Amino acid sequence: MRGFIVTAALAALCSISGNIVASAPVKIGMVTTLSTKAGYLGEDIRDGFRLAMDLEGGMLGGVPVELLVDDDGRDPGKGKQIAERFMQRDGVKIMTGIVFSNVAMAVVPKVVRDGVIYISPNAGPSALAGKGCHENYFNVAWQNDNLHEAVGQYATDSGFQNIYLLAPNYPAGKDALQGFKRYYKGNVAGEVYTKLGQSDYAGELAALRAAKPDAVFFFLPGGMGINFIKQYAQAGLNKEIPLMGPAFSFDQRLLKAVGDAAVGVVNGSQWNHDLENDANLLFVEAFEKTYGRMPTLYASQGYDAARLIGSALKQVGGDLSDMSAFRAALRKADFASVRGAFKFGSNQHPVQDIYVREVVRTEAGDITNETRKKVFANHRDAYAAECAM
Amino acid sequence: MLLFLEQLLNGLQLGVMLFLMSAGLTLVFGIMRVINLAHGSLYMVGAYVAATVFLHSGSFILGLLAAITAAGLVGMLVELLVLRRLYGRDHLDQVLATFGLILFFNELTVIIWGRQPLFMDVPDLLSGTIEVIPGAPYPSYRLAIILAGILVAAFLYLLFNHTRLGMQIRAGASNREMIAALGVNIKLLNTLVFGLGALLAGLAGAMAGPILAVESGMGESILILTFVVIVIGGIGSIRGALIAALMVGMVETLGGFMLPALLRLFLPAATADGAGASLASMSVYMLMAVVLVLRPHGLFPVHD
Repeated sequence: MRGFIVTAALAALCSISGNIVASAPVKIGMVTTLSTKAGYLGEDIRDGFRLAMDLEGGMLGGVPVELLVDDDGRDPGKGKQIAERFMQRDGVKIMTGIVFSNVAMAVVPKVVRDGVIYISPNAGPSALAGKGCHENYFNVAWQNDNLHEAVGQYATDSGFQNIYLLAPNYPAGKDALQGFKRYYKGNVAGEVYTKLGQSDYAGELAALRAAKPDAVFFFLPGGMGINFIKQYAQAGLNKEIPLMGPAFSFDQRLLKAVGDAAVGVVNGSQWNHDLENDANLLFVEAFEKTYGRMPTLYASQGYDAARLIGSALKQVGGDLSDMSAFRAALRKADFASVRGAFKFGSNQHPVQDIYVREVVRTEAGDITNETRKKVFANHRDAYAAECAM
Repeated sequence: MLLFLEQLLNGLQLGVMLFLMSAGLTLVFGIMRVINLAHGSLYMVGAYVAATVFLHSGSFILGLLAAITAAGLVGMLVELLVLRRLYGRDHLDQVLATFGLILFFNELTVIIWGRQPLFMDVPDLLSGTIEVIPGAPYPSYRLAIILAGILVAAFLYLLFNHTRLGMQIRAGASNREMIAALGVNIKLLNTLVFGLGALLAGLAGAMAGPILAVESGMGESILILTFVVIVIGGIGSIRGALIAALMVGMVETLGGFMLPALLRLFLPAATADGAGASLASMSVYMLMAVVLVLRPHGLFPVHD
């Protein structure tokens, strides 16, 4: 109803001022993961995106928009179907939302070939950053390796010499360790691939202790990470060997399930709720007020995706008939990102600062992340050179 | 050597956990001839209830008691409402119905508790480590799990071999028509057995709570290994379940640790780790295949 009134008011305003604004709202299709255990990721991306719209009264960049959301259930086939429907039935020209790289690989190459602009708020597979880059594909989050690379650089800077590596035995796990090793220059004490979905790490922890590393880097997304961190602390290892990883195991929601066991862990992230810039202060406060919980990095990415789209819609006045003008507007990234400085590289992936954070217990008793230091300034991904664009 | 001993303890601990799960499942399978895929859901119920009670009361023991009670009750309810109708039916119907139960319970936990995994900590008393093997500190909570498993095994031994109820259950496992003809209330017996199995699953879930993420669908990962255990042990045999659970626990743990090391002797490290990890996840199934080739009805067959 509110959206309708705003639209009507705007239409009235336009007829007076004589501006040309498309009268029907611009449709944005969001294919994301809302069910399964990982459903909270899509939930946060969606809520972050919605927040940006709500703050503008249902508009982005002064242009009325309509957000269509559907759940891919983490299933590439289903994601493809939804994208197909958005294009055929709803005539969607802008899409976003996908959480997982395997779903992105099934959906993105097809939709961008069909002339749809896709803005990735999370997944950043190397294939789409390098040889498979496309003028219609923009990534507003990170290339998958970025956060691992930041931790690798941090390990090098901090003088760690003998690090033990651990990841699940699947492509993203191998990429994660690859990304870490790209910037970590010391010795590898052990490189262990665990079963995907493994819940008990007693065996790995015993072997880890025996290897006597001076730090441990791990990438275990979702429940695997919760299990690992808890068991690491129970084995008393958190007092002996520092633990580090990408931000994925340390978002605000997972921290709640891990508790004190995570305190002291260092993790790499492009965003944190304590980054001091006006856009972020506004975002964190509005998110907490609207949804009654702290935002995660996924929410920040959803919010930035919406604001990026808004900045480009504003420049073209909501007119999507000339896609090359809209693309050029997107490429400028003329919006205040919640993570501070942000621009696109040649492959339309972020050039941004990446930080390490530390998990702390606040005086109020909450467990949260505190930004420790900036590891990379204006960091580019490693695949940009392979992109012919 | 130190590492090897520590891994033996880990294998023992996993074996104990698997035993708690498989003891109930093998009884249900053996006595009622029902394939109950929803056994993992009872494990999940135990974990969720334990975590919730622990969160509100701060008492681990209270959480444990609430968990086994809740899992037992839910189990008996499921038997009364769903499984009772499936006894005479084809195995495929049972698989379908109990798979439906898995989906039902997973969604129910999401509706009640949300998608956020619950937090559960080890009780303070058991939060430290003990050097059982000098030089290798071992989490005392895991030792407590091993101890609890031994106690349960002893309890089940007494129950089955020295009580009238146990005798009837064993008789039901070998010939259910005969004991019904002898005037034993087989319906009540079924409900009790199912409740007992559910209670053990709930106990396993509650004890796993502090180690694992308490989340929707957590029962499925352990369910597969549980089925492997009861097939190796011989369907319906508690003794078989105990031996097989320990074997599977050891193979699973030691395989993951020794295979990559073994392969490193003649392969480059990265390849060895990758191949070792893959082989380790297969090792349990290879064990099952070997056992089934040698003894098609499992190690301790109840029905011949």
